[in-house]
Amino acid sequence: MSESKPLGGKIFTRAFAVAFLFALIGGWFLIQRFAQGLGAVSNMSDGFPWGLWITYDVVIGTALGCGGFAMAILVYILNKGEYHPLVRSALLTSVFGYSLAAFSVFIDIGRYWNFHHVLLPQYWNFSSVLLEVALCIALYVAVLWIEFSPAFLEKGGGPQASKGVNRIMFIFIAFGVLLPTMHQSSLGTLMVISGYKLSPLWQTPFLPLLFLISAVAMGFALTVFESFVSSLAFGRPLETKMIGKLAGVIPGLLIAFLVVRWGDLAFRGAFGAAFGGGWPMIMFWVENILFILPVVMLLPRPNREKAGTLCLAAFWMVMAGAVYRFNVFLVGFSPAPGWSYFPAAPEIFVTLGIVSVEVMGYLIFVRALPVLPEPERA
Amino acid sequence: MSINRRDFLKLTAASGILLASDVKPGQAATGKEMPPQAVGFLYDATLCIGCKSCMYNCKKYNTMPGGALYTEDGRNMNEWNGPEQIWDAPRDLTAKTLNIIKAYAEEGEQSFIKRHCMHCVDPGCVSACPVSAMQKDGKTGIVTYDADKCIGCRYCQVACPFNVPKFEWEEAFPQLRKCELCRHRLAEGDIPACCEFCPTGASIFGPVEELRKEAEMRLRLRTGSEYEYPVGTVDGAFKLPKKVDQYVNHIHGLEEVGGCQYLMLASVPFDKLGMPTLPKKSYASTSEGIQHVLYNKMIAPIVVFGVLAGAAFRSTKSERGERDE
Repeated sequence: MSESKPLGGKIFTRAFAVAFLFALIGGWFLIQRFAQGLGAVSNMSDGFPWGLWITYDVVIGTALGCGGFAMAILVYILNKGEYHPLVRSALLTSVFGYSLAAFSVFIDIGRYWNFHHVLLPQYWNFSSVLLEVALCIALYVAVLWIEFSPAFLEKGGGPQASKGVNRIMFIFIAFGVLLPTMHQSSLGTLMVISGYKLSPLWQTPFLPLLFLISAVAMGFALTVFESFVSSLAFGRPLETKMIGKLAGVIPGLLIAFLVVRWGDLAFRGAFGAAFGGGWPMIMFWVENILFILPVVMLLPRPNREKAGTLCLAAFWMVMAGAVYRFNVFLVGFSPAPGWSYFPAAPEIFVTLGIVSVEVMGYLIFVRALPVLPEPERA
Repeated sequence: MSINRRDFLKLTAASGILLASDVKPGQAATGKEMPPQAVGFLYDATLCIGCKSCMYNCKKYNTMPGGALYTEDGRNMNEWNGPEQIWDAPRDLTAKTLNIIKAYAEEGEQSFIKRHCMHCVDPGCVSACPVSAMQKDGKTGIVTYDADKCIGCRYCQVACPFNVPKFEWEEAFPQLRKCELCRHRLAEGDIPACCEFCPTGASIFGPVEELRKEAEMRLRLRTGSEYEYPVGTVDGAFKLPKKVDQYVNHIHGLEEVGGCQYLMLASVPFDKLGMPTLPKKSYASTSEGIQHVLYNKMIAPIVVFGVLAGAAFRSTKSERGERDE
């Protein structure tokens, strides 16, 4: 496939330098974390054992990395070959999103030297939702790098070099759809066991379904958004036509999400809490408005041909999924009276550092490897 | 094409076997049973005088080798007891306090409450732990922790309905800590420190079946009548006579989240004493039920994989360099 081309150009730009600086600051706090323990850099506590790192870097980070998953469903499972030029850049975001999520888990777990236990059968507990999440994410990181490997091979040996791996790629594509289906839904199931600690506005056996639908929607939205940002950042022509068609998938997914979400709330009689006051109430409405916005913006077909509307709707969609995940893991979580959590500055800087590494990796890869579609064909 | 299809089927089958190894034989989805010889505690708040002897002795005996607070450097021991140390006065369970007496006094009512691991029949922590560091002993029913297995993910803390497991946030090489029912003392033929050193019989140890009978019997006692309360163990020979208080008609821990091996009686409603109001069905069984439906024998994932691989095989034809037929 010769539809992707390295962008070329200087790697050490000003944007790269800023990202590098943030990565260094994050690194400094990571040294503290390993020298003095988690309490030294984070506001996590026995009441809020999971904080920003799990919620943002893992739960939201992997959902943002669902571009590869969403595009694989569209291009390879539903056989919509016309979107093929977008696959590789979506995959790249996924590669970094997931690899760094795995790294975040490593820094978040207290006994990181036992990390490998998750991969060793003698330790496995099959009742554990977290085991399934961890195994699926670990496998999927490997699958993503394999799916992305043609970019490396074509760099070295031209378009023909990836022929061998492409022959068996359908196996990895199938895994690349199955594994995210499993762990993105299970990320929702994770909180079922917390029971009463999660507000009835979010606690439901439908968590896995809601997490899965919103992950796919976020994957599409991020692919749309990323296409615009990279076009603007690298001064390339906009891919509005293809992206507009792609964005047509989003309203349907969101309507499905909202039907399940509101149907479940009504069925459980949990609407009362939506007027109960406090942060959970506010964030519940913010979340729902964010989910409704992209539906309203993208349903009329002419809107999908306007670059600005498309880009903004995709942004609201990504925010909706992110806020939903924050709400399930932190805002709606209350272990007992007296506990509260807001991330400490070093915690935030570590997260910023990780995001910066993602940005730097993306910049290096699109310049050096055939990732972005050739402008004249796109 | 036929060769390709055969290869494809073989591959699908092979991956199926790979995935099927995820299945644990005879895994029950819901409804855990308590081991018949399970042991536990009965705490009767109407007998508790708040002397905290149980707290003192819990720390003393659990910082000894084998105890749930033991460290080789003796750090947990030195931090609360030694010539240079001040007496610590914890306000809640912590990674250094596995057992705590709290006081409640309001609206003319007062009571103590003793908090530590409930040793649930269907424990959230055991269900949640990805690496089997939290386990339920098949004989005694004690919920145990093995630091050598633990990765420190803290999902047990998220999963515990009683907020019992505590993490060493200030340590570079942390552990989780929780009451393990003095299993090191049981192994030596002793009873848990909190029960052995309780002077009034507020905390007693014994087989859960007998503790349940004792608790149910106490609820039937006439308020104001005299009862010989056993001290130390439920069948202890040493008994202290005392006038029976007005009990709240509820045994906390009998049915909560599928039952616990720590039972409580009190004269003040348990929600006022800080105990969560819990359903009879454990959250762990709800969570495992969802997993069981989705991943029963890995059938659904294998079928889905087959469909996906078939579809991907079809749509990558051009990339494999094949001509359309």
